[in-house]
Amino acid sequence: MAVKDIIERCTELYRDLEFNAAKRWKAAGSDRKVMGYMPVYVPEEIIHAAGMMPLGIVGGGDQMEVIHGDAYYQSYICRIPRSTIELGVTGKLDFLDGILFPSICDVIRNLSGMWKMMRPDMYVQYFDVPQNFADGIGGEYYVKELEHLRDEFSALAGRPVGDDAINRSIALYNERRRLVREIYDFRSEAPWKAPTAEVHLLMRAGLVIPVEEHIRMMQGYLAAAREEDRPVRDCCRVVINGSFCEQPPLNLIKTIEMAGCYVVDDDYMLGNRWLLEDLATDGNPLEVLADAFLHHSADTAAKYCPRKEDVGRFLLQSVKDTKAEGVIFSAPSFCDPALLERPMLADRMSEHGIPHISFKYAENSGQMQPIREQAGTFADTLKLWS
Amino acid sequence: MSKESEVVKESSMLMQKEMIADNYEALTSTAESGRKVASTFVPGNLNELIMCFGMLNNLPEINAIQNGMRKKSGAMIMDAERNGHSEDVCTYVKADIGQMSKGNIAPNGKPMPAPDLLLLSYTGCFTFMKWFELLRHEHGCETVMLQVPYTGDGVITDNMRSYVIKQLKEEVIPAMERVSGVKFDIDRLRENLRRSAEAEDNLVWVLESAKNVRSPIDAYFGGVYYIGPIFTAFRGTREAIDYYRVLRGEIEQRIEQQLGPVTPEDDMEEERYRLVVEGPPNWTSFRDFWKMFYDEGAVVVASTYTKVGGVYDQGFRHDPDHPLESLAEYCLGCYTNRNLPNRVDMLVNYVNDFQADGLLVNSIKSCNSFSAGQLMMMQQVEKRSGKPAAFIETDLVDPRYFSAANVKNRLESYFQMIEQKRSRIEAA
Repeated sequence: MAVKDIIERCTELYRDLEFNAAKRWKAAGSDRKVMGYMPVYVPEEIIHAAGMMPLGIVGGGDQMEVIHGDAYYQSYICRIPRSTIELGVTGKLDFLDGILFPSICDVIRNLSGMWKMMRPDMYVQYFDVPQNFADGIGGEYYVKELEHLRDEFSALAGRPVGDDAINRSIALYNERRRLVREIYDFRSEAPWKAPTAEVHLLMRAGLVIPVEEHIRMMQGYLAAAREEDRPVRDCCRVVINGSFCEQPPLNLIKTIEMAGCYVVDDDYMLGNRWLLEDLATDGNPLEVLADAFLHHSADTAAKYCPRKEDVGRFLLQSVKDTKAEGVIFSAPSFCDPALLERPMLADRMSEHGIPHISFKYAENSGQMQPIREQAGTFADTLKLWS
Repeated sequence: MSKESEVVKESSMLMQKEMIADNYEALTSTAESGRKVASTFVPGNLNELIMCFGMLNNLPEINAIQNGMRKKSGAMIMDAERNGHSEDVCTYVKADIGQMSKGNIAPNGKPMPAPDLLLLSYTGCFTFMKWFELLRHEHGCETVMLQVPYTGDGVITDNMRSYVIKQLKEEVIPAMERVSGVKFDIDRLRENLRRSAEAEDNLVWVLESAKNVRSPIDAYFGGVYYIGPIFTAFRGTREAIDYYRVLRGEIEQRIEQQLGPVTPEDDMEEERYRLVVEGPPNWTSFRDFWKMFYDEGAVVVASTYTKVGGVYDQGFRHDPDHPLESLAEYCLGCYTNRNLPNRVDMLVNYVNDFQADGLLVNSIKSCNSFSAGQLMMMQQVEKRSGKPAAFIETDLVDPRYFSAANVKNRLESYFQMIEQKRSRIEAA
């Protein structure tokens, strides 16, 4: 399949706020269930092992007019919860059998309680993760939380979710992680062959289709993109940081690229590469998942950084690995984690002589000209002075 | 005569003023005394534990409040914003950071020492976590984090409790020993907790006194003074016991004399409206804000802000027989660590138990932990209690977000709404 066809399919999925792909998957078997989850990370392997499809929900984007959702939130709250409420109130998420709200910020945390009140008939779970990364403390707590989750899913599925099943799911998700890493590496090596607008759509598709299909889709994309001949442009190389929860509109990503930036790393939809390495498939799977979370997971503002000297290390490493020339801090308006962390990251970049700029967006931002000017000026500066 | 000197002050207020002044004096004299300072937060405040190590407790939120009430926070916030902190984030954080850039001067006019330990009790507020990372970024001192899991299902599980206790035993206490050079003595902790429980009994009695129709207290504007000692550096001290004994005596007297709440101007005359308030107050225009209520005869009979540093009226007491378990239960139960259905239950119970006319939400721009979901909470409380609710928006310590005319208009409309509701009930 050609890149164009794959991206067309991804675009369809991106635009489909009825989640028809997931509905079709569910309709294909009487015992199939779909478990929604919000950003950033949930252990999808356990959901999958319970015979359920994990469905990533990242709000309504720029295609949805929020009418009801605004009645639930003050003007100073970010947009993703209000468009997610809109999805809920308009019945678009009625087909879900449950929904997880991971620990990321106070807004998503409180949304879990709102959902409990809105949908008392639905399985709604706040999913806490450890901010203490010692095996015997945070690890022990997390393993028990995962056991609780597994037991809840067993009850929902009507059958026990055993270690073997979780290990098989881990193997499958290892494959997905490998492919995601490969695509990110490929883009970093040849960004003209894998524009970020495409990579974004490809990763976003993975939120709403079964993992098996996503693996095939990524394999197809990689093969096709490697073959495709695309012109090399005179762009600078940048890393995007701060967009791990509410996603920017696709136009914003295209605008950054059109302004002369090759995005060589980003934190869009970080959940699919939250765990950085392959996981063992022959151990106690919950302990394996916990170990990966504690010691081999991505860094983001939603996590506590125990040591001052480690703040920004992950981002610095990304800049180094991808040979980026600058960083664009691009965070959603009113995003507490990203905006609180930004000054520390900015200082760390400055200490290392890495140029950076910052701006804010909302998932429905429409005015791209200021972004284009800012990103364009940044790109010109990097090209001239870097 | 200045306006300040006209303010009515009771013995308990003067006592508290002296306690706070002494604490700031102790904090700003550590160069001479050699005492170590732990900075920490109000929710999940482990004062009894901090005292076991002879350390002083410094609370950045309280410093921000002090600066807010003294009209100094606005400039500090703008300083922080000029230095790259977003206009979207918590103004407590920016006031704190701005205070540092202005020499970190304490309310007594002396320089505040850099903390020796940042004790990050991550309870009910995500911002706390990044706030202390930012402070560590500035100070570079030792930081220890106590993660308090959120009670998403409305219950405290064994796993949550064990996790908190384990962190206390294996990380928090060793860090305090290391920084202070004092060995942990659990009996000292028990003694501190015993004193806490005694003070907590009297605090609850004071808060419950608002169930009297003609309430002797205002449980929001007055309430923030009543919670002062127990939420800050005095829980577990003899001074706190004395303070709450004196306060209770004053309230008993007010009930006997059938007096309403004390206000900055005088005793409140007529009690026309009884309200429950959700959310923190605005600090930069605190007196003006309060005046909008007492001028109209509105008294707050219960508030959730007075539960942010401990939910004692729901039965919790620090327990000297189970010291670490008790600290864990305390942290896990703080108001903003409770899920929204639980918070709605509390509000509905307050409206009913305190015979309130309705619920007022003061939504704070800075505080997503409180504010996200409040509109839905308001609808739920209205539905379940049958009482009208209203919504106003202000901020904690950013004067740019306090619009007196808007707030007053909304309050007046709300009071009219209550009157109409009463008329309908009377007519029925």
